[in-house]
Parts: sequence; structure tokens; C-alpha cells
Amino acid sequence: MRNIVTQMMMPHRLVMAALALAGLVAMALTMQWDWLPENLPRLWDGLLMTLAMLAASVAAGFVLALPLALFQVMGPRPLRWLSLGFCTLIRGTPLLLQLWLFYFGLGALFAQFPEIRDSWAWPYLRQAWPYGFLALTLSFAAYQGEVMRGAFTGVPHGELEAARAMGMSPWLVFRRVWFPRALHRALPTLTGEIILQLKSTPLLATITVTDLYAVITRIRQTTLLTYEPLLLLVAVYLCLSGILILGLRWLENRVPTGR
Amino acid sequence: MFQSIDFSLLALDAPGWGGALLQGFWRSIQLAAGGYVMGIVIGILGASAKLYGGLVMRDLAQVYTTVIRAVPELVMMLLFYYVGTDLLNRAAQGMGFQGIEVDGLAAGILVIGLVQGGYATEVIRGAIRAVPHGQIEAAQAFGMSPLKVMRRVTLPAMTPHAIPGMANLWMIATKDTALLAVIGFSELTQVTRQAASSTRAYFLFFLSAGALYLMLTLVSNVILRRYEARARRGLIAAHQAR
Repeated sequence: MRNIVTQMMMPHRLVMAALALAGLVAMALTMQWDWLPENLPRLWDGLLMTLAMLAASVAAGFVLALPLALFQVMGPRPLRWLSLGFCTLIRGTPLLLQLWLFYFGLGALFAQFPEIRDSWAWPYLRQAWPYGFLALTLSFAAYQGEVMRGAFTGVPHGELEAARAMGMSPWLVFRRVWFPRALHRALPTLTGEIILQLKSTPLLATITVTDLYAVITRIRQTTLLTYEPLLLLVAVYLCLSGILILGLRWLENRVPTGR
Repeated sequence: MFQSIDFSLLALDAPGWGGALLQGFWRSIQLAAGGYVMGIVIGILGASAKLYGGLVMRDLAQVYTTVIRAVPELVMMLLFYYVGTDLLNRAAQGMGFQGIEVDGLAAGILVIGLVQGGYATEVIRGAIRAVPHGQIEAAQAFGMSPLKVMRRVTLPAMTPHAIPGMANLWMIATKDTALLAVIGFSELTQVTRQAASSTRAYFLFFLSAGALYLMLTLVSNVILRRYEARARRGLIAAHQAR
């Protein structure tokens, strides 16, 4: 913390900070912000939606990434090809296209079957967020699977052999040695992947999920303002990314390096 | 559902959408390539600012890359699009022209290039730092001007180190063009959506577009790997000696 303060105390940085502050004050005074108070509850709901989709898709995607990575490292050949093909397919096409395929394509397909329309799942499948959740999860799983594949192969062979020599069963080797060591190697890139995932969430607005971006778009349409809502959005995403980076770095530092 | 797929919808001529899809695909490639080249130029400038610039330039470049990497591409693109076209229009009016129609392709390239530039700055900065410092000092000792050192020594020497990161950025550029569909550019994803919603053949069109994107990714992967092998041809011996 003291480090940051001393870094900020350089004269040119103080001048730049003062200029930035002056710019912010000018924006606050000269631009039109009267729409903000009445829209705060909606913005808050949108923020919660964004965070919920982020957390849910990261958690589910990570769970899905483990088998994807493991199959590629040590699975039988068909499974290896299947998971490699899945990762290539998802990483080679735009997320927006996948999102629209699931929402418009699957949505229209499901509506054709009376069995699905009458089932318990239909109230959920009629909404947009399950499709958004599906697309985000698959995307995160494919990218994270690639990272975990590298992390699993990067664990030194000697450690696994030592664990086996101690008489551990394969499952115990995985649970006690292989997985924790791989996770530890993957932690720094995990932060980057989560930030990338946060940056993908506004795409959900294109399939009518009311996340933060959708709320801002609605405000822009009703108030006919071009810049103010967008600038607020930029500020909020900057803060979110900053908080996420700091939190994940704190988490990373709590994991002992063990070297 | 599969029996009812009507592949004649993909025909190249008017009742089919194949021609429109290919046009959108070509537009996407143009946008990606233009944005990518612009990103490289910004990246070289940004990396020079970060490595050789004064205190203020260094901090400004840092702010630029931080903001680009923290804010969603879609939001940045919207902001750049409105600010860019607004500034251009005002400049044109200031010079006495009537408000000009901003060319869609140029605006799209600008928007993608500005986003790509943030990432390219980091890639190129890392690659320049991987060049042994003695080589740059030797060039300076021969009395080359800073620009000449950049052109003759630093840029060629950093290329092999930059290629893996820049290859990654090219993949991101091709996929980021899809985001322009949200702003209303008629590139592949947007055309696909129009075709799908007017014929209701969602799977057919979205899967065909996916195949086109995937083809572009796979083909450029092969080309980039060849280029990397070529750029690395002097480095392989050093790599093996380690």
C-alpha cells in the first residue's frame, strides 16, 4: 500500500491525476446526469445479474474444464479427439455466434416439441438466461480446459512417481498431488480468464438478458443520451475488473508457493 | 428436424443466402485484417512509448492498455464508434463541409484497431524486451538514428518473440469482428442472423457461419505456424543449445 502511495507521489503523476480529476469534475458538472438517481435500482439489479452470470459460468465452466483437460492428457483416443475437437470448435468461433445459435436455434427447436413444452423445465427454457449461461459456461470450459491441459502436463513427472511410490491409488495421486499442483500452476492465468469472462458478459444483452449493459442500453434509448451512460458503464467495468484483480491476487498470495 | 433441412437456402443466387453469407465473410476478413494492421501500428507506437518514452508518455500508454484490458470490447467499440464518428463530423463541419457520411468499413477498422492496439502494445513490449540488449546497443554504436535502429534491428529481431502472441491476437481480431454485428455492421454474424430469422433455418445458417469462422481460424493457424518457423530460423540453434 505504501508502495503505491510513493509511486503516486512523483510530480508528473500528481499533475496527471489532478488533470484527470478536473476532467471528471467537468464531466460531472457539464454533462447530463439527472437520469442517474431514478435508474439506480435498475442499474443495481443489472450489476447483480452480470455478477451472477459471471460467478455461475466460471464455477460451472471450471468443473467442465477438468474432464476436458484430463481427457486430452490421458484419455483414450476417441475421448481425446472429442475434447480436442470441442475446444477447437468453441475457441475458433465467436461467442456471439454460439450465443445466438443456442438462443434462437435451440429456443425454436425446443418450442416445437410438446413434451418439452409440458415439462417442468419449460418455464426456465422460455427465458433467455439459461441459454446465456450455457454459452458462457461452454466458452469458459473450452478456454480453461486448454489452460488446465498445459497445467496438468506441466506437473513434474517425479512428483507423480513419488506419490505412486508411496503406494497412493491413482485417485489419491490425483486428489493429493496432481490436481493441487496443476491448479497452483494455473492460478495466475485463471485471473486473466475470469477477467475475459467478465468482458464477455455484455453479449448476454443481445439475447434479452437484463445485465448491466442491457440496463444502460435501455437508459440510452429512453434518455437519447449518447455518452453519459456509456461513460458510467466504462467506469463500472473498470472498478469491477480492478476489484476482481485485487481479490484474485490476494487469493493467489494466500496459496503457499511451497518451493 | 434434420430431414427438413433445406440446403438450397445456401445457394449462391438470390433466393438462397449463400452469396450474402460469403459477402459478409469477406467483409469480416477485411475488418479483421484492417483492424489487425492498425493494432500492430498502435502496438509498436505504444511499446516504444512504454520502453523509450518520457515519464508522461509511459504513464499515458499504461492507462490506455489498462483501460482496454479491463473494459469489455463491446463497450469500448461502442464508445470509440460514437466518439470517432462524432469527432469526424465536427471536424468536417468545422472545415465547412456538410456532415459527412462516415464509411462503415473505415469506422469498423478504427474501432477494432484501437481495441487490438492495447493488447498488441503488451505483446510487442514483451517481445522487444526479449531482444538481447547488446544488439540494440551495437546498432546505436554504429551511429544509426533511433528510427533506423527500430526498423533495421529491433523490429526484425523481436518478430520471432512476438509471433505467438500476435497469432493469438489475430484469432481474437477475427472473432471480435462479430461484435460489430451488435453495432449494426453487416458482417458475417449480422448477415447470418438476418438470413436465419427470415428463413427460420437457425441451425443451418449459424452452423454454416461457424464453419466459415472455424475455417478461417484453422487456415490462418497453418499459415502463422509456417511464418513462425521462418522467422525463428536463426533462433533454433540457440534454443537447442540451452
